[in-house]
Amino acid sequence: MKPKLQQTDLIIVGAGPAGLSAATAAADNGLSVTVIDEFPEPGGRMLGQFHEEQGHWWVGKRIADELIEKNRAQGVSIRCGVSVYGMLKVDQLWEVSTSHGTWTAPRVLLATGAAEIPMPTCGWTLPGVMSIGAAQVMTNVHYVKPGKRGLIIGVNVLAMAIARELSVSGVMLAGIVLPPGGPLAGKAALPRNNLQVLMGLSHLAPSPILRFGGKIAYALGMAGIVSSLFPRRGIKLWDIPLKLRTAAVSINGTDRVESVTLADVNAKGEIIAGSEREEAVDFVALAGGLYPLAELASVAGCPFIYTPELGGHLPLHSERMQTPVEGLYVAGNITGVESALVAMAQGQLAAASICSDAGVLGEDGDRKVVEAIGEVQRVRASALIQFHPGIPEARRKIYRMWQQTYEAGV
Amino acid sequence: MKSNRDTVSFTFNGKPLTGYRGEPIAAALLAAGIRTLRKHEESGNPRGLYCAIGHCMECRLSVQGKGIVRSCLTPLEDGMTVLEGQQLANEITGRKLP
Ligand SMILES: Cc1cc2nc3c(=O)[nH]c(=O)nc-3n(C[C@H](O)[C@H](O)[C@H](O)COP(=O)(O)OP(=O)(O)OC[C@H]3O[C@@H](n4cnc5c(N)ncnc54)[C@H](O)[C@@H]3O)c2cc1C
Ligand code: FES
Repeated sequence: MKPKLQQTDLIIVGAGPAGLSAATAAADNGLSVTVIDEFPEPGGRMLGQFHEEQGHWWVGKRIADELIEKNRAQGVSIRCGVSVYGMLKVDQLWEVSTSHGTWTAPRVLLATGAAEIPMPTCGWTLPGVMSIGAAQVMTNVHYVKPGKRGLIIGVNVLAMAIARELSVSGVMLAGIVLPPGGPLAGKAALPRNNLQVLMGLSHLAPSPILRFGGKIAYALGMAGIVSSLFPRRGIKLWDIPLKLRTAAVSINGTDRVESVTLADVNAKGEIIAGSEREEAVDFVALAGGLYPLAELASVAGCPFIYTPELGGHLPLHSERMQTPVEGLYVAGNITGVESALVAMAQGQLAAASICSDAGVLGEDGDRKVVEAIGEVQRVRASALIQFHPGIPEARRKIYRMWQQTYEAGV
Repeated sequence: MKSNRDTVSFTFNGKPLTGYRGEPIAAALLAAGIRTLRKHEESGNPRGLYCAIGHCMECRLSVQGKGIVRSCLTPLEDGMTVLEGQQLANEITGRKLP
């Protein structure tokens, strides 16, 4: 049986902040747009986020609702519960294969977001062990607590932001500890490295309290012997003990998490013999960080580059969000891990680029794209959450690389 | 807030349970205190949800009429018959376990 083909001007994969922002901007300029997302409801990872900013709460769900409402009013078709697994260019048209049939369009925008880096730990396959993002989604999106009392393993900006959300939502946390040392954990297991991470976060932190955590780290850092001065019991961040001299050795239980074996570590992240003890918890959240979710770009034939500041391997793209593959665009965390506000600005930029390339902006095309580029830069510069240091420099490097290889007419 | 959600009935491994219509099956099961969604195909070890957003495939189970699905993405419907993911016979996986 020949599959039914459904054609539009633009297919957007991903109904997160990037995809939804691009959809309304493109529809505004007269394109027919279909947004496809495999999650049961639109909004992407924004649905589970809330941060305290300058005395008020930034609630992702509310921003998502506004964007969804705008899209609906403009006649954008948002198809949820549909997974995209293939892309093929046939006669100038992309054929996008999904769990619910095939869509075609001359242009496709990939806004698939980011995924969490797995953190293999002894016992991590036990039911009750989950990624930190899963704890966030269960609590904030589905309103089901991940357990009665949990432990977070791994110190990074996502872990800190979500720890705060969990504590506000009434989920009990025994603490935030380091992953066990070893080749898989790398620098993440070193107390000194984690203090540096916290110090780097201090001025960018999403809430006054996170900033306070950064100050403590900074004060300790100033004292010189960074990690050995960090109190063994940890410090309290909100009501959560942050323990930078404690590592999780193993997660224990027969058919579900019952406890975690913790141990003290020295400045090199090595276990201090005899310091092992058990902490009773019924869930564990592993925080390994984020990377761009970009498989579809690879399926579509797009070349990749490796940029650690942006989360690792990502599709090569221009500052206008074009890829070297004609008719294929990217926006949001697929281009590098940043906050939802940056993803929204990138979505609008991609839409300007797409509309300009499609010829619907007339002579205004270039001006609109340049304006949108400026807006992305403005939002990026004022972003309160930054996942890695050095993002603007890394971005400039990529766009230079693009100019040298593609715009020089090679 | 998700107010006024309908309560629906379903079964998991034959056990009658209730949950909210439209919430992912994995969320309804977790709310009912059930963490094991699947037995590992080869070892038979218990497995639960890991990422909750469709990336890791750890939450596979079967729903009558739908086959094997990711339970973190599949909305709960009234009257669903849900079974945990099963260990396969060793001949199928082709490896002898210690
Ligand atoms: C678990 C998690 C938690 C996060 N928490 C925070 C936080 O607290 N604060 C913060 O600032 N940032 C957080 N982030 C970063 C987050 O990625 C950005 O804030 C922002 O949501 C990125 O927007 P986006 O539109 O690029 O992607 P997303 O919001 O991730 O949206 C992408 C969408 O694409 C869909 N999709 C992906 N692949 C397919 C496919 N093949 N077929 C169909 N649909 C597909 C997904 O279902 C998803 O809805 C988090 C990221 C993750 C992964
Ligand atoms: S828990 Fe990862 S796919 Fe469902």
